[in-house]
Amino acid sequence: MALEMVLRNKLKEKDILLMTHIVLGYPSLEDSFRIVETMVDSGVDLMELQIPFSEPIADGPVIVRANQRALERGATVEACLDLAERVAREFDIPFLIMTYYNILFCYGVRDFVSDMAKRGLQGAIIPDLPPEEGHDYLEAMQTHDLAPILIFSPTTSGMRMKYLESFGRGFIYCVARKGVTGADTRFSTGLDSYLAGCRKASSLPLAVGFGIKERANVDFLRGKADIAVIGTETIRLVEEQGISSVGGFIRGLSPVTANSPGGVEAKGK
Amino acid sequence: MLSRGYYGEFGGVFIPEILTTTFDELAEAFEKVKSDPGFWQEYSHIMSTYSCRPTPLSFAENLTRHFGGAHIYIKREDLNHTGAHKANNVMGQGLLAKRMGKSRVIAETGAGQHGVATATMAARFGFKCTVYMGEMDVERQRPNVFWMERLGAEVIPVIDGTRILKDAINEAFRDWVTNMDDTHYVLGTACGPHPFPEMVSYFQSIIGKEAREQSLKNEGKLPARVYACVGGGSNALGIFSAFLDDRVELVGVEAAGEGLDTGRHASRLASNDGSVGVAQGYKTYFLQDRDGQMKETHSVAAGLDYVGISPILAWHREKGRIRFEAATDSEVLDAMSLTIKKEGLIPALESAHAFAQAFKEAPDLSADDIILINQSGRGDKDIFTIAEAFEDPGWKAFIQKKGNEYGA
Ligand SMILES: Cc1ncc(COP(=O)(O)O)c(C=O)c1O
Repeated sequence: MALEMVLRNKLKEKDILLMTHIVLGYPSLEDSFRIVETMVDSGVDLMELQIPFSEPIADGPVIVRANQRALERGATVEACLDLAERVAREFDIPFLIMTYYNILFCYGVRDFVSDMAKRGLQGAIIPDLPPEEGHDYLEAMQTHDLAPILIFSPTTSGMRMKYLESFGRGFIYCVARKGVTGADTRFSTGLDSYLAGCRKASSLPLAVGFGIKERANVDFLRGKADIAVIGTETIRLVEEQGISSVGGFIRGLSPVTANSPGGVEAKGK
Repeated sequence: MLSRGYYGEFGGVFIPEILTTTFDELAEAFEKVKSDPGFWQEYSHIMSTYSCRPTPLSFAENLTRHFGGAHIYIKREDLNHTGAHKANNVMGQGLLAKRMGKSRVIAETGAGQHGVATATMAARFGFKCTVYMGEMDVERQRPNVFWMERLGAEVIPVIDGTRILKDAINEAFRDWVTNMDDTHYVLGTACGPHPFPEMVSYFQSIIGKEAREQSLKNEGKLPARVYACVGGGSNALGIFSAFLDDRVELVGVEAAGEGLDTGRHASRLASNDGSVGVAQGYKTYFLQDRDGQMKETHSVAAGLDYVGISPILAWHREKGRIRFEAATDSEVLDAMSLTIKKEGLIPALESAHAFAQAFKEAPDLSADDIILINQSGRGDKDIFTIAEAFEDPGWKAFIQKKGNEYGA
């Protein structure tokens, strides 16, 4: 089933979904597997798996260091794809690849995309590849029925949002603020109106990421977005308190209650 | 965006969405000043009153006699204010940042030259200034850190990655994605996403314009060859650009470090170790592994210690218009010693790469030929690095004594 449909079905049961982000190979490949397992068990709805890159320009210090450590510990692209395939086969949630363009470019863009498809992955987030530079990538993603996740930011004009959305599938990733991953976000009326603008520009589900680290943040997004993305916070948690602490943290973010269905579908009506 | 800045297959704009508007604005502002004759006038005026333009073209009579071949001329970018060609780019971007209404500038620096130049420009124009510098380079180039701080800049050591120039560039981008509203990023070389390669080359082209004219005036002819060292490629493109349509051989000299066959070098085009990739916002030749992870680079000259190279140079290499060579650390130190002794000129370690290659070739050229070497910067400022490279015993004793004094 195409990613968007999977998400829409889930949104019938929950008013906001959780997507988590991990760096493959950090702290180790085997730990990455266990982290995924814990996250899926705790009710995460989808995950982005970052293949580490030596120059992660859009990431903040915590993820930068995770990239670096993973590379030092031998997280090759091949090993990461093997692990991604393993979790995609084992767990019944959508998995996306997140990485920087050079990883695809050096692998061969078409080969990379067709391997993602073969390995059971659903899509990809490539933050340094605007559609203007991504013809081959977008074409290959289409051919293999994978979702290229496009990114909106608070500096993106309404017109450009329309342009970006015309290439997007699955959902749109809305960066909550300026800056890199890991810093705090102000969950404010400014964010409200930005998200309203995103909603106007795209009919795809909206994911919001950068700076989400507690339940109040997730609650803030209810009714305004469809997916809350948790990246840096769980990496920090694993570093400070170990893998076993992740489950409780995730469950605490969005306790399963008898929430009335919300999200995209409900809003349209 | 008007153009995506492609030179053949190289260049482009590979940036996070958050920076798209910033780059659009920058490209537009740059297009505007390019077509405004008043801007270049203002720029030339500043460069001739605040820096020392036009810089002389010095005839190296003793070196010429020593090698017995071509007449050797040296373009004296070391005589710029702050001691290197970096000033040309920095003052240009400073004027542009003023026109764009920015109040803060940020920069990366390797050797520290570009950082000092940016901090100087910021002091002169009244910008707040932050300079990112790899921790390794902070250690190698402490005197430049001292001056940047004296000039009012905040110097932030970069502790991630390989802790050198490329990591400082990443960190500057991370600052920019947060603070683009009031901040201009003064990139120091002809690399990065469009319009930086074109813009930096544009400001540096003042070197070649002068050198071509001076060559015609002094010797009544154009040089047979022009030599420039190549880090990111800004001084090289600066001097080469005026000769692209002439029958002049252009030679870019990269850092061969401990030798091209040792793997410990920073030669992206002259070695066989470079391959095409996309990083730091642009597509060019990088020193990277099969997966596309950037490798560590090595050079005695911090300013040449970089994994990528200007997309404009990659393109000229592909077309066969520019030849690329590499000089080892030890060849560079020899060339430097010789230049100091014979001419009383002290090239920067970076610049000395161009000298080293020119010295290899000068004897084989005829006395009717002239060659130009771009002395991109002066070395006397880098006394700590250079004294260490020469393992100068007197200097070591002095530092030990000073250390004891401070320790006491
Ligand atoms: C004196 C000098 N020459 C050359 C370079 C190399 O840079 P580029 O290749 O951009 O001229 C540097 C860089 O710091 C430098 O300080």
